[in-house]
Formats: sequence, structure tokens, C-alpha cells
Amino acid sequence: MNSREITTQISKAADFLNLKKWDYGASFSNDYSVQVDKGEAKQLKASQKQILTLRVWNESNLVGITTTSDISESGIIKALNQANIASDFGNENEKTEFSPLAKDPIEVKDSKKRNPVGIKKLLTLLREAEVKLIESHKSIKSVPYNGLSESFYERVYANSDGAFRSYTKSQAALYLYARAEEKNKKPRSSGSVKLGNGVEDLDIESCIKDASNKTISHLNYSSIKTDKYLICFSPEAFLTIINAFSSMFNARSILDGVSLSNKNSIGEKLSTEALNIYDDGLHEKNISSSPFDGEGTPTKKLCLINKGRIENFLHSESTARIFKTIPTGHAGLGSKVSVSPDWIVVEKSEKNSDLKTSLDHSTYEGEFVYIEELNAIHAGVRASQGSFSLPFDGWLYKNGKKISIEAATVAGDIKYLLKNIVNIESSQEVTTSGISPHIWVDELSITGDA
Amino acid sequence: MLSSQIKSNEIVFGSCNKDLLEEIIFYGIELGADFVEIFIENTDNSSVLAEEDFITSVSPSFGRGAGIRIFKEKKDGFVSTNDLTKHGLMRSVSQAIEMLDIVDNKKREVFNGLNNHRDYSLSKKKWINEVPSIHEISEKLLISTKSLKKNNKILTRKGSYSRNLQKVIIASSDGTYVSDIRLHQTVGLNVIACDAQYRSSGSRRFGSSGMPNEFRLWDHEKAANDVFESSMNMLYADYVDAGQMPVVLANKFGGVIFHEACGHLLETTQIERGTTPFENKLDEKIAHESVTAIDEGISEGSFGSLSVDDEGMEPEKSVLIKDGILKKFISDRAGELRTGHKRTGSGRRQNYSFAAASRMRNTYIAKGEHSKEDLINSISDGLYCKSMGGGSVGATGQFNFAVEEGYLIKNGKLTSPVKGATLIGEAKEVMPKISMCGNDLELAPGFCGSISGSVNVTVGQPHIKVDSITVGGR
Repeated sequence: MNSREITTQISKAADFLNLKKWDYGASFSNDYSVQVDKGEAKQLKASQKQILTLRVWNESNLVGITTTSDISESGIIKALNQANIASDFGNENEKTEFSPLAKDPIEVKDSKKRNPVGIKKLLTLLREAEVKLIESHKSIKSVPYNGLSESFYERVYANSDGAFRSYTKSQAALYLYARAEEKNKKPRSSGSVKLGNGVEDLDIESCIKDASNKTISHLNYSSIKTDKYLICFSPEAFLTIINAFSSMFNARSILDGVSLSNKNSIGEKLSTEALNIYDDGLHEKNISSSPFDGEGTPTKKLCLINKGRIENFLHSESTARIFKTIPTGHAGLGSKVSVSPDWIVVEKSEKNSDLKTSLDHSTYEGEFVYIEELNAIHAGVRASQGSFSLPFDGWLYKNGKKISIEAATVAGDIKYLLKNIVNIESSQEVTTSGISPHIWVDELSITGDA
Repeated sequence: MLSSQIKSNEIVFGSCNKDLLEEIIFYGIELGADFVEIFIENTDNSSVLAEEDFITSVSPSFGRGAGIRIFKEKKDGFVSTNDLTKHGLMRSVSQAIEMLDIVDNKKREVFNGLNNHRDYSLSKKKWINEVPSIHEISEKLLISTKSLKKNNKILTRKGSYSRNLQKVIIASSDGTYVSDIRLHQTVGLNVIACDAQYRSSGSRRFGSSGMPNEFRLWDHEKAANDVFESSMNMLYADYVDAGQMPVVLANKFGGVIFHEACGHLLETTQIERGTTPFENKLDEKIAHESVTAIDEGISEGSFGSLSVDDEGMEPEKSVLIKDGILKKFISDRAGELRTGHKRTGSGRRQNYSFAAASRMRNTYIAKGEHSKEDLINSISDGLYCKSMGGGSVGATGQFNFAVEEGYLIKNGKLTSPVKGATLIGEAKEVMPKISMCGNDLELAPGFCGSISGSVNVTVGQPHIKVDSITVGGR
């Protein structure tokens, strides 16, 4: 069955069961992936997946939900029945409705959908990449974590009010994590990830080069003294922090009491006037962009921080109704609808005169710690409390030299971090999770071994 | 005609599928596979969330699918599908054969048909009728969240429950033919406490396998008291000072560090990748002589226990480290094939869309002879980690774990609570520093995410003392 036929099937089954109000979200995908180990195919994988999430409203307008991978006629009837039963437990205090924007036009950018290249081609490309990466430096002994994949999928949203949205897409991903070993030294590992619309769009050479350079640059390492340091966050590291604390902009989290913000936080000054942050799921560089969210609301660009102040929150249908605004296109379909950002864009605003522009990661000669990549986010971030303590890969710049930091964590408080931004470099870089320039922060605690 | 006599063109749970499974396996062998494995799954899951004094989410889900794995020499191809018809399964076999580029099928393996059906599900079919209803679950969760409302500093209260019922059929060309039903239930409580600028949180999770009545027996009042006290103790805590110091790790979930930092390095998948420092250390000392570590899948009711693993093998009790000496690795079929370490009944996967891999089950450090007080009294200046948060291990074996509830140790006594602590180290360096093990071994349930998805496990240990470790703080 295609997505139109499934919609018709659900509509018929709902009529049969006398269910007047329903909606569903679905995804159908075909994925292919390979891994290699020293030139040999390690695991080759293909999967065909279908996931259907159905919501049903009962006569009291309470909603119930069921998720299934069985989209046969009997599976759909069972799912509708289960959702109907679950609606007896629907939340009376926060009712859910269809998004008022579920029929609005959506902006579908040129998806550049590619054709599958097939497992054999994936394998050949990954073998070649592994060889090149190992040959790039004598200390690189293996590439223990690697993978090349391509996915082809369709996402659908439809409801009993006549809304129907669907889009198809292809996506490819390559990751290479090398391991370098030198005598009497600890092994070092680092890597790179690249995304593209298809395998032919992947910049494989730059993935190899990035993985090699990063790994080699950490070969000569030293421990760092526990102290407070001037910090420069790489674009990737700063985006990791902002995403980890995105509950500050999340209306769902605010209502649930797990955000540092509250309903009245719009306009609150969080940072220097030089900081702007947007969520822009439709950005041309966002390979994973989706033109609508789980409730069918069109995706759009939303300003979260404007000149250092909170400008907007991310909303689903129900949070928007409670906040007396409109949904923003950030909902995930579920029994309790979730809200999350799509693609964060950080930039320097025009009000940037208070920045210390002499701080530039490529020219600054004073002492500072460069944080390249933050790790263990799920363990080291307490979003509801605002604190973090995270291991990182990075360098200590001192006396004109840079040396890789052996093992260390950076700890602090997100509000303190935002308030202590001292420079936002001009040039932005594209990462897999958004776009940001390098960001400088004064005085964060680093714990090291020395 | 009896249903078992119907020659079906689709896998049907509860019926005899032997002929169809044999036909599919034979098809793969005929095409040149060395080994064919079929894993078929049918799931029936529910979850319930209570927030404050209301049920805010009830989420049932069900599904079915198959994972087909073909080995040719040491390579394997894996295909997953939702199509359980004969046509769909054979297409998946063909796809896996094609992926492996098998063209020379002259050296054909022999498939002598499936063995007698080992049906582990016989006594478990009634479970689905014995688990608590959504009504019953909701009522108990609401009582639990109400119990958390002990003062006006409690900002949010949550109780969550989830139940996973998984029916599996596993068949492979070595004759393996088994069926099983697995039931996992888990319940969690958490709070956020707030007073002016101070914030803290507390959480606990409980879980069981194969015990439909367990949720009814869960002592929610004790759990609520525990979570409340933890959040209150930490509300006004100062940040810990960073540095090197001795620590005492509490029992139960304290074992997460051994699981993450050392247990994963003893899985044969790590040998395959060349990422474990213990690869050539069998029968060598890798830990302090006070440390004996075990991984098993047989403790009744424990969250990581199994009747049979996802490759059709009964789980064994594996002594990984005995008195500090490395004795065994955790192995699955691919691990045995590629590293030579015998299977341990540890081939596990999240669901049909993952190929099985060597994974831990119930993993713990065995109890020693000391009391908790002995450990604390032995430290003049250090940290007691009463409750651990999550953590991770990097590609070179370095770990990082958040301490959810910590207390300073001064002159052999517990003193003030501290927050923001992180334990940082490397298994190879820390294992020899575990110098004392308590006599109070307890297990705690958890979910472990790795190469074959998220699987249910237990971690555990008695109280242990680590002579020196890096504590991250401010």
C-alpha cells in the first residue's frame, strides 16, 4: 500500500469502527549500510521498515494513541481499536487538537532525491576510504568505527479533517573514527561524520582528511592543570551545548517544569547583545530537513534569541494554544506530544561592539583552551538545573604552542556560560547539527589530571 | 485440520512454522550461504506516564518483523523486514546473499533440517493475562506520585511504567529451533526540587523480567521516600572541588561503572574492532585481587535474565574476572567465529531490525568481606558516591560518569552533600585500584545501548573502594 492507500484504509476502518476523529503519522524506509574491518566487509545490512502512529479522539474529545509496524488491514483495525481504548486515559487537563496549520501550504525545497547506489558500491567506497585513512599517517593503525549508509524514506501526516502531507527523501551518511597508536603512549581516537542527499554528494575525501588530521593532532598530548580558563568553543561544541539546553526555549519543557525558563521569560536577557540564535529546519544546509512536523504544521525559521534576549519558544499545537500563540512546527507525534528544535543557527548580531574581537582562534597568542568536541552529553548535562560537566577533546594554547589535552572535563552553568560570552567570531561553519561561528567564553572550570 | 498441520505461507505465532522455516533456510544454503539464521518477533508493549496527579500519557504499541542473517566465511549480511510471508522472507534471504556477493556455491553446507522444537514459552503464555491492566497501573502510579508530594519544595513529580512482551522464534541452519516469550516491566519515579535559585533532582528505576506480578509487589512508598530524600539532601549541596581522591561507590547502580568501563571491553565485539586493552590478557591480572566479576543471564527475575539468547543458546554464568585474573570474554556467534572465544549465551539484540551481538546480561562485581563502614572509615579525605547518573566510554576506553548524589568523606565519616561530581578514568588504570569490596551485593536494572540496540541489563556490585580516581567538579 502507498501512503494514499493507507490513508483511505484508515479512513474506511475508522468509519467501520465509528471513530470520527483521527490522525496519523507514518514513515516508510529502506536503508542500506556497510561496515569494514581492514579491507574486509564486516557487516552488510539492509532493512525495510514501516512505522505507523495513529491517534483517535473519543466522544469526550480525549485522545488515545497506538504505534505499530503492522500496516495490514487487520493491523490498522487493531491499532485504531487500541488507540480508542487508550483514549479513555486521555489527558483531560491538556487536550490535544489538530494543528490549525495542518492544511497550510508547505515549503518543499528541492529534495535532490538520489537513487540507491547499492551495497556493493557502498562497500567499495568504504574500503577505499578505510585504506586511505590508514595510509594517511603511520600511527593510524585501524578505523574501528566506520560506516557508510544510504536511506530512502517517505514521511506522511494525514487526518480525518482532510489534511494530507507527504514527502520523500534520500540521505547518505559516512563516519570514520580512526585509532592511532604510538609506543609508550595511550591510543588516541578521533573521527569525522559527513551527511549528503545521496552517496554521490558525500565529501568522502574531506571526511578522510578531517578524521586523519583530528586523530594525528591529538597524538602529542599532555594533562592539564585543574583551573579556570578562557575557552574557545568550536562551532560543533557550541551547538552541542545549545542543543543540550534547548529546553530553555521549549514550551513543553516550560509547562512540565523542567526548563530554566518560564512562561514570562520572553524578553529575558540571557547573553551579550551580540548573540542571535535561530531554529531553521528548512536551512539549505540541513540535509535532514522536513517540511512539516509530527502534527503536520509547516516547518519555519524561528528566532530564539535576538540580541541576547529570548524572542520565541518552540511550540506544538497544545503548547501554542496554552501560550496563546501558533504552533511553530516543532512537534513530535506521541501520546504526549513532544517538542524539539530542528537545526540551530548561531550568528553575531549587528549589536556587537562589546565583543573582544582580538580573540580569534587562529591568531590569538594568549593562553586559552580550545574545545573541539564535547562528549557524554546524556550523562553530563542537567538541563533542568542548568549545570554541565562534560569530557571533551581539545587543546591548550599556551606560549604560542598548542598541545592536545589528555583527559579533562569542562564544567559550568549554561546561564553563566551565555552571560560570559566575550567574542563571537565572524565566520560561521556548517556542522551536522547546525551552523555556528567559534564562541569565546571567559572563565570556565576545567578538571584535568595534572 | 489442526492449525499445526496447515502448511502456511506466512509465519504465524502459536502455530508450527517448522516446514516454512526449513524451506527458507534450505533456500539460503542452496544459494551458497555457510550459515542461515532467522529471528522472528512479535511485540505487544504499553507505557504509562503519571505527572503530578494526572495520567498524561498512555502509549500502547505492537509490531512484528524478521531479521535474517547469512554468514559466508567470516562475513555476514543482515536483512530485516516487516514482511513475514514466505515470499518476503525468501526475498530477504536473496538480498542478504546478493549483498555478500555469493556466486560460487559449489562448496555447499549441509542442512539436515531443524531439531525438535525447544519451546520455552509453554509456561509463559498466560503472562499477558496476568500483567496489570492499564487501570491498575494508572492507579498505582498516581498513588506513587502523590507520595512524592512531601513538601512545597517539590516542583515536579513523575511516575512512569513500561511493559514489553516479546514473542520470538529463532531458527538456524545448525538445527536450532526455539520459541520463547519475554516479559519486561520497569517503573521509575523522579522529582525536581526547587527553592529560590537552588535546584536538585532525584530518580530511581526498578525492573524485572518474567514476573507478571512484580509491579503489584513494588513498594512504591519506600521508593518515593528514597527519591524524595535524595532530592532534599542535594537541594542546597555545594559543587564538589575537582581533584584526585579516593572514592567509595555505593552498591546496586554503582555497578554501572564496571558495566560501562570494563564490561564492554570484555565483549568479543571489542576484540573484533581491536578496541579493548584486554584482548591478549586472558589468565593475566587485570584488576586488584579483591575483584571477581560475573556476567550471567540466569538470576530469576533479574532484568537481564533470559531463558534463551537471541541466537537460540541458553545463557551461562560467565566468571569474567576471578580474584583479579581475566578468565573469559562475553561471546556470541559472530564473536566465536571471528575471535575463537566460545559462545556464552550472550547474543542479544533490541529487536528484529538488529543483528545479535555479544552483550552483557546481569553483570556485577561479586561481594567481598567488608562492611560499608569499613570502606568509609578507611578514607580520610574523599568522596562517597551514593547514586550514580549515566555515563559513557570513549573509543579509547576512557569513561566519564555523573554522580547524582555524593557526599564528602572526612576522617572516615560522611559529611556534607556535594553536587556536580564526575568520575573520570580508564578501566585499565582503575581496575587495579579497587582495593576493597563490601559484603552487600545488590543488583539494579538498566538499559544498555550498543551495537545491537538497547537491551535490558542489570548492573550491580557491593560497596567498593577505589583508591584514587579523577573527580571532575568546579
